[in-house]
Amino acid sequence: MSTAGTVGGVEADTEEELDGLEPSEGETAQRIAGEARDRVRFEEEALALADQVYRVARHLTGSREEAEDLVQETYSRAFRSWRSYQPGTNMRAWLLRILTNLNIDRGRRSQRAPQMQALEANDYFLYDRLAENSDGLSDEDRVVERLSQDDIVTALSAVPHDFRDVIVLVDIGDFSYQDAAQILDIPIGTVMSRLHRGRRILKRQLAESAVGEEA
Amino acid sequence: MKDPCAHCEEMMQPYLDRILTEEEMAEAEAHLRECEYCRKRYRFEESLRVYVRQAVAEQMPVELRQKLAALRIPLD
Repeated sequence: MSTAGTVGGVEADTEEELDGLEPSEGETAQRIAGEARDRVRFEEEALALADQVYRVARHLTGSREEAEDLVQETYSRAFRSWRSYQPGTNMRAWLLRILTNLNIDRGRRSQRAPQMQALEANDYFLYDRLAENSDGLSDEDRVVERLSQDDIVTALSAVPHDFRDVIVLVDIGDFSYQDAAQILDIPIGTVMSRLHRGRRILKRQLAESAVGEEA
Repeated sequence: MKDPCAHCEEMMQPYLDRILTEEEMAEAEAHLRECEYCRKRYRFEESLRVYVRQAVAEQMPVELRQKLAALRIPLD
């Protein structure tokens, strides 16, 4: 009994030793597999957002080529540092934060808020201008249609970039003020004031391109 | 006393951004119900935002999508 017990004991010891090794190898394998799964999931989620990232990047930069380069650089960086992304948080904002930083690294400096002369005091300005030139048609939907796609693209690109960035993120990219503040690394109050002024500058530009309003 | 339309104009952006308090919201809506002048301009601003968003939306080039997929790190 005691021998059997001892043998049993020895066997048990051996088993314990094996137990001590095998699970740790197993754990390692499991961890690697789990990590690979997380990474694939991350990459797929990031790629699914590429359209939206590109759309924003296109108007943060001056040209299509620049936007394409920047988006590629962003994804290359994101795929390498995927571990620093916290699952469950806003991945689109995370990607845009990388993109914005890369854009700054590329030499796009933050602009001092330009002193805008003749900033329209009136938020109804654009409507009034367009309606005035609509031959008496003042239906809101028809009035907006006086603006061509070219007018809008041109007007947006003419907005100084500090203001444009906020418009692009909030009005085009549909980011919250909070997300925009984090992406651009500026206080939320600055997001709000730039948005306010930026929209007016945009409307001013639109009036210029649509009805030749002089600045 | 402020001109009610000038006040309504000041509330337009925050109204459309949905950051007004309930009280301010009710105030703006009460004015909009009775003022066609402001109502037209609010509607215009609302359609302008949609219009701008649509006008600048640019499809991502197909080749870029492929290039991005190729940047994925291969599994060992």
